[in-house]
Amino acid sequence: MSVAEPTTKVVGTRQLRKEDPELITGRGRYVDNISVPGMLWLGIVRSPYAHARINGVDTSRAKELDGVVAAYTAEELEFGAPLFMAWPINDQIKNPPHWPLAKDKARHVGDPVAVVVAESRALAADALERVDVDWEPLPVVTDVKAALADGAPVVHDEFGTNDAGSWSIEADSPVPSRGRTAPFFDDPDLVKIKEEYYLARLIPNAIEPRGVVVEPNVAMGEYVVYSSTQIPHILRTTLTITCGIPEAKLRVVAPDVGGGFGSKLEVYPEDAICLALAAKLNRPIKWIEERSENYVATRHGREMYQQIELAATRDGVLKAVRGNLTASMGAYLRLVSPGIPMLGAWLYHGCYECDAYDLEYTNVFTNQTYTDAYRGAGRPEATYAIERAMDALARELDMDPVELRRKNFIKNDKFPNYTIASGLTVDSANYEGTLEKCLEVLGYDELRADQKARRERGDGKLLGVGFSTWIEMCGLAPSRVLSALNYAAGGWDSAQIEFMPTGTVRVVTGVSPHGQGSATVFAQIVADQLGVEYDDVEVLHGDTQVSPLGMDTYGSRGVAVGGVALHNAGEQIIAKARTLAAHELECAEEDLEFEGGNFTVKGTDRSANIKALAFSSWTAHNLPDDMEPGLRASQLYDPPNFSWPNGAHCCVVEVDPDTGSVDIVRYIAVDDCGVQLNPMLVQGQVQGGVAQGIAEALFEEARYDEEGNLLTGTMTSYMIPGPPELPPYEIHDTVTPSPTNAMGVKGIGEAGTIAAPPAVINAVVDALSHLGVTNVERPATPERVWRAIQEARS
Amino acid sequence: MRTIALTVNGIRRELEVEPRQLLVYALREQLALTGTNIGCDTSSCGACTVHLDGESVKSCTLLAVQADGHEITTIEGLASNGDLHPMQQAFREQHALQCGYCTPGMIMAATSLLQEHPSPTEDEIRHGLEGNLCRCTGYQNIVKAVQAVAGAKVPA
Repeated sequence: MSVAEPTTKVVGTRQLRKEDPELITGRGRYVDNISVPGMLWLGIVRSPYAHARINGVDTSRAKELDGVVAAYTAEELEFGAPLFMAWPINDQIKNPPHWPLAKDKARHVGDPVAVVVAESRALAADALERVDVDWEPLPVVTDVKAALADGAPVVHDEFGTNDAGSWSIEADSPVPSRGRTAPFFDDPDLVKIKEEYYLARLIPNAIEPRGVVVEPNVAMGEYVVYSSTQIPHILRTTLTITCGIPEAKLRVVAPDVGGGFGSKLEVYPEDAICLALAAKLNRPIKWIEERSENYVATRHGREMYQQIELAATRDGVLKAVRGNLTASMGAYLRLVSPGIPMLGAWLYHGCYECDAYDLEYTNVFTNQTYTDAYRGAGRPEATYAIERAMDALARELDMDPVELRRKNFIKNDKFPNYTIASGLTVDSANYEGTLEKCLEVLGYDELRADQKARRERGDGKLLGVGFSTWIEMCGLAPSRVLSALNYAAGGWDSAQIEFMPTGTVRVVTGVSPHGQGSATVFAQIVADQLGVEYDDVEVLHGDTQVSPLGMDTYGSRGVAVGGVALHNAGEQIIAKARTLAAHELECAEEDLEFEGGNFTVKGTDRSANIKALAFSSWTAHNLPDDMEPGLRASQLYDPPNFSWPNGAHCCVVEVDPDTGSVDIVRYIAVDDCGVQLNPMLVQGQVQGGVAQGIAEALFEEARYDEEGNLLTGTMTSYMIPGPPELPPYEIHDTVTPSPTNAMGVKGIGEAGTIAAPPAVINAVVDALSHLGVTNVERPATPERVWRAIQEARS
Repeated sequence: MRTIALTVNGIRRELEVEPRQLLVYALREQLALTGTNIGCDTSSCGACTVHLDGESVKSCTLLAVQADGHEITTIEGLASNGDLHPMQQAFREQHALQCGYCTPGMIMAATSLLQEHPSPTEDEIRHGLEGNLCRCTGYQNIVKAVQAVAGAKVPA
């Protein structure tokens, strides 16, 4: 029998990415690089008003232009159903119809109201200027507190209120928390703190704007939809609902996608409009978003008012945590927006023990671009609240913030599978270990001494140290849990493995990566598991024709769900190959050892390589009687639990008290995402996530004027940090395997964004705490920091 | 329409362009060199960075007619004789890209930076690339890639 040299193990190594050769040579295939013969260009007429009645739309002057093929109003381009909203959090939800083109009134600047279709990109832009809309501006509301006040302008008249619905742990959680918090907050012997934070509205800003190309296959009555999306599978299903075209006639392709961060986890009006127009005109349609459109037409994230209260004993034992959130939905409920605060709802007590826990949130409509998932989705919000509040409690108790955290950590010996105070069950964790490692790297005592010396000298820059000991739930998600949360879909994913007759391996995954490097890490998994070369594994994704089943990429689920599905498929391949090997080697299956691609009869040198077995299974000349030809496997995996990574981040800042400017002098991240399949990719995810988290804390904020105009609507006015604004990161880890899956893996895509903002703001506040500063709203711009100093001094 | 003549990646090209046509559209849509990406309307992101007579420019900031008579190099022209440019290789080895959309512009800006400052400090690299935005990497590995090409010791 053929024996091959055992392959070198690649899991756990710094394997260079399969994705890179195309991307570094300019051969990436982003949507704007796709051209189809006969293609027409779509232009979208958008509302210049945040709230206005549409008294009429006249497209006649646009249609007069040479090269303009069509122009339609909302009445002329009908859809079978509004854009699909998948997360009606409970029965009280108010879900207004969100039509791809606004029918009666526009509800945010950028709301689409009409379309033009032309022979070129430039002509479509010209035609947009010739569509006349009779607008009747209406009163505007852009703040959630103002939106809930009596007499506020109402975004959706049919509800008579901007309250889109509430959700609470007490009334709605499928698992009970340890108990109600009221008795603890009534207990005079406990120390209580109440903190309020405002989380600014953020604009995701993937560097690739969105784009759609829809190509009708006239002969087959089918449509190929190329979209810059994170969710080709979900997009296919939801486009069917909106456009009324049978799902079996839709092929959705997410080609190379230039960043998502949640913003491309959406079914956008332009996806549906392009498909409807391709069907109506029987011509390929292309739309590419301009950045100025992206700022108002691609969803935003985060904006929320938070109240968090802690009750603790005088010696610092946390007893109860309760929170109340008011979240901005913007003008409509989008794909999963009502449930975004819920993704953090069990995490407002962080990685700490307590006896009672309550959390409720209210979603509110405003005349702004809709919000939805932005990297971390709900979990950065929760982490921000509890980690800021722990520092506030430490100040109240005159305790060191590190000591307070240590005292309240859930201890390592509670794991695996410990039910935390909010009611969910955490797989595994290492809260103390990550913090201790962080402190070791940091040199904490020296820093505190330096801080004290600077304060005593009373000159120069002030030093601040901030911590964030974070926990999150990711790897979305167990389907039964999603059902209990009233989410419309499942959380499983799929994998297929097929041995080619010539010995290479084709992997198809249902997740849809867009920068994460999943093709690389999935090839590593399969190479080691099946004993084939890394270079012999090809990973395909992002095309519903190639990969018919999948739930796509978001919520740090690529490896934790898609990767585990793949591992399970690999086990199936090995089982079949083992049966065939036993048949060929004329031995019992139990007598075979499988290592490095070779099945060897124990204690002998008789062996069969898996590639040779793949060829035998393809010829099918000599198979066991009940065996199908071919060596392939297909698996769907529904995770039994979320995955629960954790870590300890520390930010050290210098604050100039005269100017309010903040410099990050060190940033340390110690994260535990279980077993790391490719440490290089893990570090890359952490670095990028931390960068976005620092950006939230120090730089980024969508600001509006009273008329609802976005004042930060370009990359020159919305402060995305460049290379000089961000520090080098010191990245470390501990490894605590997840007991939930055979590989011991957890997600890591959102960790940095979840962890970083409170570490940074805690550091800023810490630098100024001796002046009496207890809060600086984010982003902590020099002006805000300077004002906080002045207010504290006066 | 105007006729312009320019040399793109070593090949002389003649193009008919509208006077309002931006260079980036001439490259992408008329010459099918789609490696140069467009990320913004405001010359902020640098995804469209190419070399004009050897210096980095944002091709969304130039009209195609302004490139008349000049030499342009795009990401597609950076490798020579099938060998990757050292900067391309370093971007891969240092994991300096994730989604890849900013990468062509970033690589063009980085090669131009090293032509001007062959041995830059970390601070000079960060400031030299300040016209290029990346949303994925947090920049640290991009800095390391430039350091690697400059022959500096790259921290682990």
